[in-house]
Parts: sequence; C-alpha cells; structure tokens
Amino acid sequence: MELVVNQKHYRLLVDPERRLLWVLRDELELTGAKYGCGEGQCGACTVLIDGAPIRSCITRASAVAGKQITTIEGLAQNGKLHALQEAFIEADAMQCGYCTPGMILSGVSLLKKTPQPSEPEIRRALEGNVCRCGTYPRIIRAVQIAGANSGVQHA
Amino acid sequence: MPEIELERYELFETPAYSFEPEQSDVLEMQRREFFKFLGGGLVLLLALDTRATAQESGRGPAFRGDARPPELAAWLHIAEDGSITVYTGKTEVGQNIRTSLAQAVAEELRTPIQSIRLVMADTDLTPYDLGTFGSRTTPLMAPQMKKVGAAAREALIDLAAEKWKLDRSSITVAAGVVKNNVTGEAVGLGELTRGQKLLRTISGAEAGAGSGVTPAAEWKLEGTSAAKLNALDMVTGAHRYTPDLTRPGMLYGRVLRPPAFNAKLASFDSKEASAIPDVVIMRDGDFAGAVALDEVTLGKAIGAIKAEWKTEPQPSNKELFTYLKEHPVTQSIAGEVGPGQLPIHGDIEQGLQAAAHQLEATYTVAYIAHVPLEPRSAVAEWNNGKLTVWTGTQRPWGVQGELAAAFKIPEDRVRVIVPDTGSAYGGKHTGEAAVEAARLAKAAGKPVKLIWSREEEFTWAYFRPAGLIEIRSGVSSDGLITAWEFHNYNSGPSAIETPYDIVNRTTQFHATESPLRQGSYRGLAATANHFARESHMDDLAAAVAMDPLEFRLKNLKNERLRAVLEAAAQKFGWGNSKSESSHGFGLACGVEKGGYVATCAEISIVTPEFLGAEVTPGPPTVKIERVVTAFECGAIVNPEHLRNQIEGAIVMGIGGALFEAVEFSNGRILNSRLSKYRVPRFSDLPVIETVLVDRKDLSSAGAGETPIVGLAPAVGNAIFHATGTRFRSLPMTPRGFVQPL
Repeated sequence: MELVVNQKHYRLLVDPERRLLWVLRDELELTGAKYGCGEGQCGACTVLIDGAPIRSCITRASAVAGKQITTIEGLAQNGKLHALQEAFIEADAMQCGYCTPGMILSGVSLLKKTPQPSEPEIRRALEGNVCRCGTYPRIIRAVQIAGANSGVQHA
Repeated sequence: MPEIELERYELFETPAYSFEPEQSDVLEMQRREFFKFLGGGLVLLLALDTRATAQESGRGPAFRGDARPPELAAWLHIAEDGSITVYTGKTEVGQNIRTSLAQAVAEELRTPIQSIRLVMADTDLTPYDLGTFGSRTTPLMAPQMKKVGAAAREALIDLAAEKWKLDRSSITVAAGVVKNNVTGEAVGLGELTRGQKLLRTISGAEAGAGSGVTPAAEWKLEGTSAAKLNALDMVTGAHRYTPDLTRPGMLYGRVLRPPAFNAKLASFDSKEASAIPDVVIMRDGDFAGAVALDEVTLGKAIGAIKAEWKTEPQPSNKELFTYLKEHPVTQSIAGEVGPGQLPIHGDIEQGLQAAAHQLEATYTVAYIAHVPLEPRSAVAEWNNGKLTVWTGTQRPWGVQGELAAAFKIPEDRVRVIVPDTGSAYGGKHTGEAAVEAARLAKAAGKPVKLIWSREEEFTWAYFRPAGLIEIRSGVSSDGLITAWEFHNYNSGPSAIETPYDIVNRTTQFHATESPLRQGSYRGLAATANHFARESHMDDLAAAVAMDPLEFRLKNLKNERLRAVLEAAAQKFGWGNSKSESSHGFGLACGVEKGGYVATCAEISIVTPEFLGAEVTPGPPTVKIERVVTAFECGAIVNPEHLRNQIEGAIVMGIGGALFEAVEFSNGRILNSRLSKYRVPRFSDLPVIETVLVDRKDLSSAGAGETPIVGLAPAVGNAIFHATGTRFRSLPMTPRGFVQPL
C-alpha cells in the first residue's frame, strides 16, 4: 500500500489488517502518535486524515492509503512550530506530555474549522482526548492563545 | 522539616517470577572506572549525610558489585566547554522536577537554567535513589542539588582566586560567568577548569550551615515560573518515552495472561503458535509469552497457544467491605513496623458522655486504578550476560533489584534507564513489564519491546487500596468536639490523625487482607482519611447548626492550616448565599507531607431534562461547577508548575470522588477498559482557582499529592448542602445522583 505521511510518500508491504498507529510507529518510526487504550477512547493516537482527526489505533492503515496523513512530527513547517505548539509551551499545557501530540492535533483540526473557538467549542472538540494529569484548563487556554495569535497573523 | 515516613503501601515487592539461571549470565563483568566517562573539567561530589538522607540516597552495606562510591548523594560536572551536567536518580513522570531541580542548581551556580542538563534515573550513571514518590523530591533532593551547586560555585571561586592571585571576596559568580571585580575580567564557568580534571568532594554534613546555599528570601531563579525544560520535545513528538524506543534487531513481545488472578498454568500446547513464521513461543513455569516481528502476528501467536489454567474462587467488589473487616492481618507486611496505631488520648467514653450530640458513621472507598496514559512498558536487551532495560518506573533501583532477583544475577549486571515517563501517580513502583520483556528477550536472543495493553494495565498493575473507615464522635452544644474515635481498615494510615484539637481521641489503622493487589497512589490513604474526617466534620457542624467553616476554626489551632482555610474561604466567597437552589457549597481542609490544603467546591444537581432531548432519561447527575484550592507548602519553587500540579490533582480527584471504581469478581477485573472505566474529561472540568500561600521562611515541601485530598470531601459536603443527602462512599455518584442505601 502507499501511505502519504507528512507529505512524504511511502510504499509499504504490510499486513492490511494492521492498524495505522502501529504502522506509523513501528514501520515509519513516527512515534509521536501514542498508544493509550486501543479502542479510540483516549485520543493519544490521534492523527489527521485530510485535516480531520482520527483514532489511528482503530483505523486500518489500508483504509487511509493515499490520503494525506499528518502526524505531530509533520506539524511544524520549515522549522517553525504551529501556533498551537507554541501556545502549549506558553500555557504550560502539559505535565507528562504523553497526551500532548493527540491533543495538539485535535486542537489544530478545531482551529482550522473555527479559528477562534469558544470555551464550550474547545471542550466539545477535545472531549475524546484524555489528559490523565488533568491539564485541561491549560489546554483550553493554549487553544485560545493559538486562536488569538492566528487572528493577529491573518489580520 | 519533619521526617516524612514511608507509607506501608509504597510498594516494595519481590518479583512475581523467578527464572532459572543460565551459565552465560554468571560471567564476570569488568568493573568500570566510574567517572572516566565524564572527561575533563570539574566534578563535584556530594557525600551522603547519613543522618539526614540515608533512606533517600546512597545505600547501605548490603549494596553489592557496583564500582561507584556508594555513599554519594549527588554529583555535578562542569565541562571545559562550560556545559553543566547534574546527575540524579530521581525520575521525571510529569511532576516537572527536571525543571525544578535544574532551577535549584542554576540558582546556586548563578547561571541560566538552560545551561543545566539533568541526567536522571539511570542506574549506571546516576546516584542511587530509593525512588520518586511521597512528594520527597522537593524537600529532600532539591536541597542536595543546592548543596552541590553551591559547593561547585565556591570551588570555581577558589580556582579563580588562584588564577588571578586575588582575594575570594573580589570574585563573584553571576549570569553564567566568574568575574574579577578588580579588573572586570570575566570567564565562563568551564574555562577555569580547562586542561584539568578536578575532583572535589564535600560531605553532606559540612554542606549544611554556612555552605553558601542561597536562602529562599534571596532566590532569583527559584521562586519563578521557569518553563518546563523539555516542553519543546513534548509538543513536537520528539521525546521518546519507553514505548517509543527501538534497538537494533528489536522484536515485539507479549505475555500470555491467565483468565484470573492467582491462576496456575495447568496445560500448555504451543505447537500451532510456534508454527507461525518468525515467532518465538516460550514458557517458564507459569510465565509464558510470544515474540514476533509485529503486533498483528504477535496477537495471532498468543491466540494460537492452547493453555488451560487452574483458577480458584475469589471475592468480588460486592462483598468487599465485609471481606476487609473479616480478614484482619496481624503480622507486619511490606516493611511495615507496627500495627499503625496511635495512642489513645484522654477518655473516649467520657468525651462521648459529655457530648450534646453523638454521631457514628461508616465510610468506604473503592479500589481505583492509576490509568497512566503511558501503560507499563519496557525494552530489554541482553549483551554478554549484562541486561539493559528501559522502562517507565518510579523506582529504577527497585526494578534493578527485581530483575537481578528474577534472573539470579548480580545487580551490577543490570542497568535500568528511565526515560521521562508518561505519568505514574504512584502506580509505577514495580517492574512487571521490565521483568517480562527481559525474559522474552532472553528467550528470543534479541532485544524485545513489550507494551502493556490498556486491559493489562487495568488488570495486572496494582490499585489504590480500598478501605472501610468507622468514626464515633461527640460534640458539645457550643460546637467543641468532645470525642473522636477513628478506625481505618486497609485503606492506609496516611494523614489518619486529625489536625483538630480534640482532648479525647483515638485513631487506629487496621491492616487487612486485600482481594486485589494494592499499592501506592497519589496521596495514598490521605484521600480516604480526609474524605471520612472532613465529611464527618460537616455532620458534626450540622448537628450543632454551625457554619462548617466556623465549626472547623473553632476546633483548630494549627496556624498554617487555619491560614489556607481562611484564604480559600475568602477567595471562594464562603458565606455568600447560593445563586440557585440546585447548587451547594462545601469545604474541606487537611495537612499531609508538609503541605497544607483547603478546598472549597460548588456543585449543582443537573437533571437530565436540562441536557436536551438526546440524553436518555436517568437519575440526576452531580456537576462540579467551581473549585477553589488554597495551598501552602513552604517556599514556592515554581509557582506556575505548582498551580499546574494543584489543578491536575483537582481534576484527578474528581474521578475518585464521583465515578471511578474498579469492579471485580472471581479474580477478574470487570471494567478493564477506558470505555468501561470512566476518567475525568473536559466535560467534567470545573472552574478551578488556586490561591498559593508562599512561605519563604519555611523549607519547601512537595506538592504533587496533597492538593488532591480535599476535593472529595468538599464535593460531598457541597452535595449535602444542596440536597441534604450525605454520600459516605467513594465514588459518590458512579451511576448519577442516587440516594445511598
């Protein structure tokens, strides 16, 4: 199958049963997407398919062949962090950081649709992502900061 | 700083498996000249002050094999290029000590925090450490870091005085340089050591008073909100947690799990599984597993093993609390020294007789799971009889010991490396995944990575102890507590003693057998004991028709606790009337591990109608609207990270307070998935406000745990305020607001 990950094309000979998460991690060494629950409940494995967040732990790699897959490793462009990555650092929106890649990708997808989301919109969009360290208030703030900053940039 | 006692549930266990040794494992390894790898520059060693730190760092005479001087607490290296590396056995699991310890060293070396690199939790490279738990890093390890940093600074001044033939008083260290105040000449911290290899040792004792350690009132870097040091790696996905590591030729491993706890492998047929190409199946006693090239093949291989297990009947959560009371343990376990009983003060019966109101109540807490988002995992590699394991654990030397014992090899043949880990919360004291990966790697003859599935994590780790608490009390008509009798069965003795001033009182911990494997958890039993005590305090206040805050203050002399209670109440607006009848206010306070906390909560009772037509009808639910926490832990090292820990503790506390509980029956966990075990999510998040009480005159205590203890009772008291219903079991509303039996 052919996978397009972070704008790079990969030809792979893998069992079509394999979930995208493990193909990314074990075949392409893109370990930013994490295993958390294996049933799409925690969001640690979130990656973007054509800009929309999916749970890579329950998605067959073969099902997304040829589509644009974005992982956390592909978010920064030309060495410049995405506004939400910057905002996560600014808001200290992490403790252990294990949920961070999935959180950021879910947030990026939200910001693309809704550049300045309200707090309820942020909560709803990220409800499927678990931060067991409980940094939710800071993650909300980070998304708001990124939204505000992107507004400045595009103004 | 009062000595912090180890809790009985800070797990110290022998490994679950014991494997037969092979001849190749017993080869003598060459001992290393330990400090050789550091290169030139200045190495500063802090020798152990055995009186103060014997448990924390450095190990006793039983230590065997290692080439390192065992009596060292910390060491620091300033290379000729000026790079500063500090070595500590502590582990980073999200509590941000990589940052706070770097702040401590940078403060003393008068250098920017970015110039400090911390090497953490590597049994070959860092000083021995008992483990990262019990909120001990800040009160016990940070002072050691400061001593070694201050001594390095003084050593640099000595070198400069010699070089410039100048009195020490004309030399200052600031902004990362050593400065000659007469000529204005300045050199980098590494330049003074160029071409030399200097080794200095200071003793912990002499590094005490007058050692040049900077007092909190003069801190410039400590006390500020330095940003998390490796945050960039977290937001780019560059950080490699244990499950992200690879080794050349590495394979993937999985353990064959029994259907129930305490099961014995009765028959084992792996013919079909072994026939799958590139698969290794192994069995050693009751341990069996598979190794393969990828996770799909691994699943097929495990599934193809025909195994029969002999199981035995075991209790379920339905009869748990009866079971606990009926199964006392009399002998000491897990290193516990006494029965956990405190002396009886005064006369309980007399106190009860003197009371205008007597109360008696029973409280329970369920087993709960840590659910660290990074499940237990390990990468294990054997090389000429030496074993190296990367794993997320809070006790690297504990895991080293487990591995050495399991494989019957000396500890210096085992290296444990702990990458910054995807959380632990007290759940990663042990090395199950490390032992399993090492056994499979040995069978495969290749490095093996093993990542526990979420179901394994929910089943084969250990749980926060369940417990039963009974309280008898009396209160006079003017609101003084006249008697207090407190019994805790199994949950644990942390923060079991009341902070209130009660003449007639007794507090007892009763060890019992536990149907499930149990161990440390953030705050340990302090959550259960505070839940019972602070819920009961509100019932006493209600009995004499007093305001809960006023009632507490009337019975409380402890100034530090009074201060946080008053600070939280003020911020919360305690005493204001509630906006809606469905809302309620509650508060709770407590002391644990040198931290003083008060929590105020506002809740609302949400009936399903309010949620719209899509929601299926059911009982009302409890929504936590707002939480105000005031916290005091001495001099604050990093205000923003402290707030982060408090907020995190509040969020985590919501789960245990309202809905988290492990369900089990006959040796099986019934809700071993995230879809069946609810953890707090964005929708559960209340407005959280924190009030930090900074006491620069007091030494810093840890803060990762204690802020959790007030949440459950404050919420319970708020539910009582809103509805008149008292919930005495944690979790309080796992199936919504249902009247307790």
